[in-house]
Amino acid sequence: MRIALFATCLADTLFPAAAKATVALLERLGHEVVFPPEQTCCGQMHINTGYQRDALPLVRRHVRTFQPYDVVVAPSGSCVGSVRHQHAMVARAAQDEGLAARAEDVASRTYELSELLIDVLGVEDVGAYYPHRVTYHPTCHSLRVLRVGDKPVRLLRHVRGLDLVELPAAEQCCGFGGTFAVKNADTSTAMLADKMRHVLDTGADVCTAGDSSCLMHIGGGLSRLRTGVRTVHLAEILASTEATQ
Amino acid sequence: MSETFLGMPVTAPRGVGHLRGDEPFPKAARTALANPQLRRNLGHATTTIRAKSGRVIAELPDWPELRAAGSAIKADVMARLPALLEQLEERVTEAGGVVHWAADAIEANAIVTDLVKATGHDRVIKVKSMATQEIGLNEALEAAGIEPVETDLAELIVQLGHDKPSHILVPAIHRNRSEIREIFLREMPGVDPDLTDHPPVLAAAARRYLRETFLRTKVAVSGANFAIAETGTLAVVESEGNGRMCLTLPETLITVMGVEKVLPSWRDLEVFLQLLPRSSTGERMNPYTSMWTGVTPGDGPQNVHLVLLDNGRSAVLADQVGRQALHCIRCSACMNVCPVYERTGGHAYGSVYPGPIGAVLSPQLTGVEDNASLPYASSLCGACFDACPVKIDIPSILVHLRAEHVAAHRRPTPESITMAAAAYTMDHPRLYAAAQHAAKASRLAGRRGRGLPPPLNGWSASRDLPDPPQQTFRDWWAQRNREASK
Repeated sequence: MRIALFATCLADTLFPAAAKATVALLERLGHEVVFPPEQTCCGQMHINTGYQRDALPLVRRHVRTFQPYDVVVAPSGSCVGSVRHQHAMVARAAQDEGLAARAEDVASRTYELSELLIDVLGVEDVGAYYPHRVTYHPTCHSLRVLRVGDKPVRLLRHVRGLDLVELPAAEQCCGFGGTFAVKNADTSTAMLADKMRHVLDTGADVCTAGDSSCLMHIGGGLSRLRTGVRTVHLAEILASTEATQ
Repeated sequence: MSETFLGMPVTAPRGVGHLRGDEPFPKAARTALANPQLRRNLGHATTTIRAKSGRVIAELPDWPELRAAGSAIKADVMARLPALLEQLEERVTEAGGVVHWAADAIEANAIVTDLVKATGHDRVIKVKSMATQEIGLNEALEAAGIEPVETDLAELIVQLGHDKPSHILVPAIHRNRSEIREIFLREMPGVDPDLTDHPPVLAAAARRYLRETFLRTKVAVSGANFAIAETGTLAVVESEGNGRMCLTLPETLITVMGVEKVLPSWRDLEVFLQLLPRSSTGERMNPYTSMWTGVTPGDGPQNVHLVLLDNGRSAVLADQVGRQALHCIRCSACMNVCPVYERTGGHAYGSVYPGPIGAVLSPQLTGVEDNASLPYASSLCGACFDACPVKIDIPSILVHLRAEHVAAHRRPTPESITMAAAAYTMDHPRLYAAAQHAAKASRLAGRRGRGLPPPLNGWSASRDLPDPPQQTFRDWWAQRNREASK
């Protein structure tokens, strides 16, 4: 299958390993990955901070960039959530019904990584090997906007060598929330403190999730406290094999 | 384009009631977060209620259908609110009640104060009511020389402690039992000086004090959970029986109710009397459901009044996205699941309506600029939407109100300039790639971002930034393609 990668601006700029792993994984499974270079950002930060009008050109760009492709994947529940639940809304707020219809069309073919693997490609065992004790944090937007449910966990259960430990109070937000982490830094940090305590309680050496943004927040806190626990994107675990370890 | 036009419904007036805080949310939250006792009390209470509610909701196989029905009934009410209110007025009047219309808090307070004065009494007993707290009725009564006595146990604790409620259902959630004992010892008339902090002992002390008050007070003020337009019936649900006392013992009963509480028909109660207790207290049924229709000669209050309160609700109704906030049945499920509320408590929101529903309702009632920090008091995690028994899409309203706040600023702000510049850059891929390289090259952030300038220092106070990668993804991809084509 020919799959267009929407790398997301965050992974492109700061966490290329998550996007590279998505490419490696899909190519290993026998698919062709293309990266349309006109892509930049879905505009979610603008939309969620109140700057819908500034986001309009970004929505237009995203729709134009990905319209030619049958299947689009992103290593982010949050960005796919924005594409699926916000792009048409932004277009309608600007009274551009044509754009809204095209945005809905692109959204209907856009998948978060675990959705693509299980729902579209029909694979749960991706042939990965990752010999570590891992806990999984379900990010809010993958859980409550996309409803990925246990798909990421099903993928992780098939990874050889991986010791999956359940995260207590897993469904509570880590406190990132985009500009919330800056505008309400104290509350965000209090939420992060509880999330980190639960991660440390599991005794895992790796905390994984489907969103680089939440991992940047959790990982930034774990690093500041010198806990030694690493944050690793789900795509990187699924891309790992005996050869890469 | 003008933001207002003739006939735009007015918002709740300033200077009266409790819909606006003294300081913005982030500042008020900082004070709350620094109080470890408050954090423990809240964490314990919300975790307990969440578990209890989750258990009884799981018992109902038709919970999704009930939620859908609740949402649909409320949407229907909002679509024909004026007609339903007129029908309600007609039925209440036929049954011997008197209906009053209050455009705002000032009018409502004046109506109630005048009604109490006309009875010649100088004390009222009160059933727990969000509407009367919203309009600051207790302060208005006190200013007129009338003593209001809260009869819900938690409201009594708040009143005796000269405190503010911090939760709409469990207003003293921020207090533990030893703090309650101290308040009772200090403030409750005739209290036993040997009072312990054993919960049944504290409840017995409150009961003794309240029973005396019930028996010697002739006027009661209540809110209403529901009003049935078809029959003119008002309903209050509660757990302690204090409401039943207030609604049956006095000679005069005055009910203040937000206009959005009306339901079309008696049958609709079937849906809400299942949704409300399971979502709020985690009970299958609330212990007391009191209903009254006007006056019953020789039984119960013989003077029955209903004050219909607008106080900004028409302005909320006029907003197509925001109006679903009026569907709220005040169950507080959104508070109990909110990770922000669980850490900051209710006082940080500044309004009597705290938590996620408060963050969308208060700014709409007052106009968003009077509560501009509240729509941002959320990580948009969506737990509130999932918990809401009438399916209010709180995250979408929050985003909508943020856009309204940004649109209210006619002059550029540092944030709006940054956002516009970021959007421009991201709409020009070459500029975007150049910005990616510049960010990597700059040492602005210092080692691991510990020295970020304001407002980004909120990040670096507790979190390291990732090490910038050697190569962006798009550079890696371009290089890979070049190497492949060699």
